[in-house]
Amino acid sequence: MHFIKLRKIWYAISIAVILPGLISLMLQGLNLGIDFTGGNLLEVRFAEPVPVEKVRQVVAAQGLEISRGIQKSGTTDYIIRTRHLTQDESDKLIAALSELGKNTVLRNESVGPTIGRELTTKAILALLIASVLMVIYITIRFEFKQGIAAIIALLHDTLVVTGIFSLFRIEVDSAFVAALLTIIGYSINDTIVIFDRIRENMLNRKKGESLEDVVNASLWQTLTRSINTVLTVVFVLVALYFLGGSTIRNFVLAMLIGVVSGAYSSICNASPLWVDFKLWEKRAKAKEARA
Amino acid sequence: MKWNKIFILAGIVVIVALVTVAAVAPVFENNPYLGKYLPLVKDITLGLDLQGGVHVVLEAKDTPEVKVTPDTMKQLMAVIQRRVDQFGVAEPVIQQQGRDRLIVEIAGRIDPEEAVRTMVKTAYLEFKTMDGKTVVTGADLKDAIESKDPTSGQIKVDLTFNAAGAKKFAEATAANVGKPIAIILDGQVLQTPVVQEPIPNGKAQITGYQSLEEAHNIAILLRSGALPVKVEVAEKRGIGPALGADSLEKSKHAGLVGVLAILIFMVMYYRLPGLVADFALLIYALIVLAIYVGLHVTMTLPGIAAFLLSMGIAVDANVIIFERLKEELRTGKSLRSAIDAGFKRAFTAIFDANATTLIAAVVLYFFGTGPIRGFAITLGIGIVASMFTAITVTRWLLHLVAASGLVRNAKAYGA
Repeated sequence: MHFIKLRKIWYAISIAVILPGLISLMLQGLNLGIDFTGGNLLEVRFAEPVPVEKVRQVVAAQGLEISRGIQKSGTTDYIIRTRHLTQDESDKLIAALSELGKNTVLRNESVGPTIGRELTTKAILALLIASVLMVIYITIRFEFKQGIAAIIALLHDTLVVTGIFSLFRIEVDSAFVAALLTIIGYSINDTIVIFDRIRENMLNRKKGESLEDVVNASLWQTLTRSINTVLTVVFVLVALYFLGGSTIRNFVLAMLIGVVSGAYSSICNASPLWVDFKLWEKRAKAKEARA
Repeated sequence: MKWNKIFILAGIVVIVALVTVAAVAPVFENNPYLGKYLPLVKDITLGLDLQGGVHVVLEAKDTPEVKVTPDTMKQLMAVIQRRVDQFGVAEPVIQQQGRDRLIVEIAGRIDPEEAVRTMVKTAYLEFKTMDGKTVVTGADLKDAIESKDPTSGQIKVDLTFNAAGAKKFAEATAANVGKPIAIILDGQVLQTPVVQEPIPNGKAQITGYQSLEEAHNIAILLRSGALPVKVEVAEKRGIGPALGADSLEKSKHAGLVGVLAILIFMVMYYRLPGLVADFALLIYALIVLAIYVGLHVTMTLPGIAAFLLSMGIAVDANVIIFERLKEELRTGKSLRSAIDAGFKRAFTAIFDANATTLIAAVVLYFFGTGPIRGFAITLGIGIVASMFTAITVTRWLLHLVAASGLVRNAKAYGA
């Protein structure tokens, strides 16, 4: 299989995966959690099972509108999402729930609207700064065009993950931002290992060997490593997903999608794109020479 | 076979095994000296998402009476500090963020709701006469102590005013004999005792509490003083101890399964070097644990995920090296020179790849707060330590195995 010759297929696959998510992002956006929108999340565990209907009645009796329904996890745990509550309102709600039966508060998180807005700006800023710093690093250690190719691959991974989260309405919180940044780190890590091979092979390039062939050979030489590395990370993530508890499940899911997408984009997007950039440059120069 | 090399190798295996057991398992629990420091893992501070606790962001608000200034913020911080200290938990964190915010983090077995309530109570105490004149306020207080009368069982809070307060109080009580004086806390009238006689010694008493605990909470508020400015809770994350313990247990379990899968995969796929890498991974984990303890890193739930992911990074460095080693062996090099060439060639890839991941971790550190920051720190430590172990420990061990002559067959090294 010649990776570079098949590159149009790889691009098509990427677009096919990204497009539905992108449309969903534009139409319905992300399912933002209280970290971004502000609001209150109360998770209680009852000693005895309590019907959902009862819980809903108690919350409604407090004059609180329930956003996104009451989520039941396990037989006795409930997650109740409402608007941002003052300490007094929160106390009253907990007291009212206690009338349904003995319970313990597992967590009670409340985020004011200003904090939520700040997080959004911070998240976007963090992603931008990280991307720019990486382009600078790659330009110093490799070349600018590779930096751009790598960043496009990162954008690919970010879009795949956010697209899927939007499409399936999975809740996004501040840990999601951390997951995105880690995915970016992992994906760039993969890309760099391949670029390192290309850098080395370009130095030992035989006469008449085409750019496409050099890059293809480099991809094959690093392929086992690419697959094995993703596998080991996937082992850990799958274990965390099934055994790690509900609190970090969405975070792990984002990582899982991102790591797989990162491995794909490093092999099938970053290096082929760089070849395209190089070929464009060559053609442009040839045109100039003719003119 | 070179017996001296084999001897060294065996020695290393035994030492690492012993250190691992001492670091993780509670074998020296009953030893008065070693038990203080071992196992190493017990000295790792757990974040509030793993042991329960509360993270609160308080926002000071301007009111017509009091504006938010650096000065009022300083006073506010002092008051909050005094209140938080009353919970008696280890190392609460209180820091100012920006112009008008305080971040308070309390980890430990507390009721998060109760803690926040106590934190944000205004606690403005006033003694007022019938005609609405304020006699003394909480600012005139020197001390407030709760007690229970051993004979009558009455629960009360004893107030002691400072010199200026005592003087004002003495004058007011002298002028109001036979009339009531209202004791008002946060605008709520607690009691209106009638003054029997002038009180010159600056002592007063509030009674009528249901429990000693209730009186204790009031005494804390009075001692710590009133909040100097209006405060709102901008963000609150309370994790009950039950959920914390649950998360810790589950992620430990998940981590163990994930790591075991990595270890088995490495041996199956890379055979002898895989075994060496597994051993190096063990050393890596020990180094990272020691750094956590040394730098007092707070372990959070995302932090555990980062630790496990950094295991992945450490494995990756080994994978890059072994793939190189295989290639070098295929070109017909001797084992020794193949190992050296493999490491040399793998180094730039490992270095550049880790440097870019480190950039992500550093950015995350500067933009994140709380658990996210914990994640960034553990990831950063993991990246640096994994690079170190892969290019020093693995290389040295691999050379030692090769030189010992235990395994000469190049096939065992993946060729």
